[in-house]
Amino acid sequence: MKKTVAYTGNEAVAHGMKQLNPDVVAAYPITPQTEIVQIFSTFVADGLVDTEFITVESEHSAMSATIGAAAAGARAMTATSSAGLAFMHEVVYVAASMRLPIVMPVVNRALSAPINIHCDHSDTMGERDSGWIQLYAENAQEAYDNLLQAVRIAEHPDVLLPVMVCMDGFIISHALENVELNDDAFVKDFVGQYKPDHYLLDAENPLTMGPLDLFDFYFEHKRAQAEAMRNAKNVILQVGKEYGEKTGRSYGFYEKYQLDDAEVAIVVMGSTAGTVKAVVDDLRRQGQKVGLLKLRTFRPFPNEELAKELQHLKAVAVMDRADSFNGFGAPIFVQTRAALYDLAQRPKIVNYIYGLGGRDCDLSQIGQVYSDLQQLAQGDGTGEIVRYLGVRE
Amino acid sequence: MNKEAKATAAKAAHAKALPGWKDLPRAGIILEPGNALQFQTGDWRVVRPVWIETNCIQCMLCWTYCPDNAVRVENGKVTGFDLAHCKGCGICANECPGKIDRETKERHKAIEMVPESKFRD
Repeated sequence: MKKTVAYTGNEAVAHGMKQLNPDVVAAYPITPQTEIVQIFSTFVADGLVDTEFITVESEHSAMSATIGAAAAGARAMTATSSAGLAFMHEVVYVAASMRLPIVMPVVNRALSAPINIHCDHSDTMGERDSGWIQLYAENAQEAYDNLLQAVRIAEHPDVLLPVMVCMDGFIISHALENVELNDDAFVKDFVGQYKPDHYLLDAENPLTMGPLDLFDFYFEHKRAQAEAMRNAKNVILQVGKEYGEKTGRSYGFYEKYQLDDAEVAIVVMGSTAGTVKAVVDDLRRQGQKVGLLKLRTFRPFPNEELAKELQHLKAVAVMDRADSFNGFGAPIFVQTRAALYDLAQRPKIVNYIYGLGGRDCDLSQIGQVYSDLQQLAQGDGTGEIVRYLGVRE
Repeated sequence: MNKEAKATAAKAAHAKALPGWKDLPRAGIILEPGNALQFQTGDWRVVRPVWIETNCIQCMLCWTYCPDNAVRVENGKVTGFDLAHCKGCGICANECPGKIDRETKERHKAIEMVPESKFRD
């Protein structure tokens, strides 16, 4: 029986993990993720899950233990943020290249320096080449829904890649919302049993995982890994559709909000999308044809699909909650711009880097973006291509 | 064929013999257990262990210490070395207690490390 509860993002994810009942969870604390493993530990202590809970001494060990467990044949998870994710960086790549279907909630928090505990996407952007699938949530409901779907996506035989379930630090992780939880039986049935074809604890079929490759084989293994990420696109759509049929909440690569007849639009990931929706509603009431494309899957990047959805627009603003420091533009922007390259007719596209280190992005700032976009749509040229929103000059 | 053409042809033949990415088990998983045996690490040797049977007390220390499982034991007795895999580290010779001469008190080891060059052309 479904129930609606008042949970924070961390609570929703911890309860989702309880319903998943993974075989192994490796735990290490870091703000603002700590509550996920902390709340989960109370389920372990109370005997509400069968999980082997391993308290490790660092995030590098957390991911290493998770990899070992997954390779052994277990459904294994861990959770982290920011510097914790950075600390496990080398083994994060290993999880993907060993093709282990690990699901990891990442509560997005800015990387140091300076030390900052608040939300931005620099941590997961730092892992964009790691080979992990990345799903971004707008709110606690989506974080919970993404968590459950992530297990099915990761374990699909055409994929077998780990998934980061991303949610904004504090904004989603610590804010209370209405969340509709699926019932335990549904979750159990939806994710099913993990049945790996190759695993270390298979005494009948001894094998070796994680061996050395020299120059004559590494490239072929990487090519196969790239194919798995391509395959993930279809699987994400299939799982999102099935989830929608069963829960009433469908998911794809993105959500379109008043986009189809819009003249200008914002592309954004995470909780800021919620703020943008409020501004869109307001501007639409004033007769402005504005829209939003809320990106959910950053990896794999829905290149052709995004181009198709954006091509009718006159101007697009891509909002990035991270900078790439490449001397030009930020991650989502450069990738979206590249997606538009092949279009015969393409919209003007600009970048707004915003919200770094938890800098608030409010209704008036979003309003300013749409106002800029309207000017772009009417005028000539693009002006400054890469802009910073909300920084003191 | 000149030397360069020969090298190119050999390289191409080698590459052609290797499987493409679609034919490999994912993530480099090795499905054949114990296939390390097929890799001839013995080629790496610079010195080779030579067994002097008359000095051997069959203590099994060489077999215990060998990092490559390269000391051959049959029916509970050392019979020699697996030269396809022995890397010539010399640990066996180092650990061998050998026999002590009763009068001279000299130690005569059962394993002596001899340069590979003595056995190859």
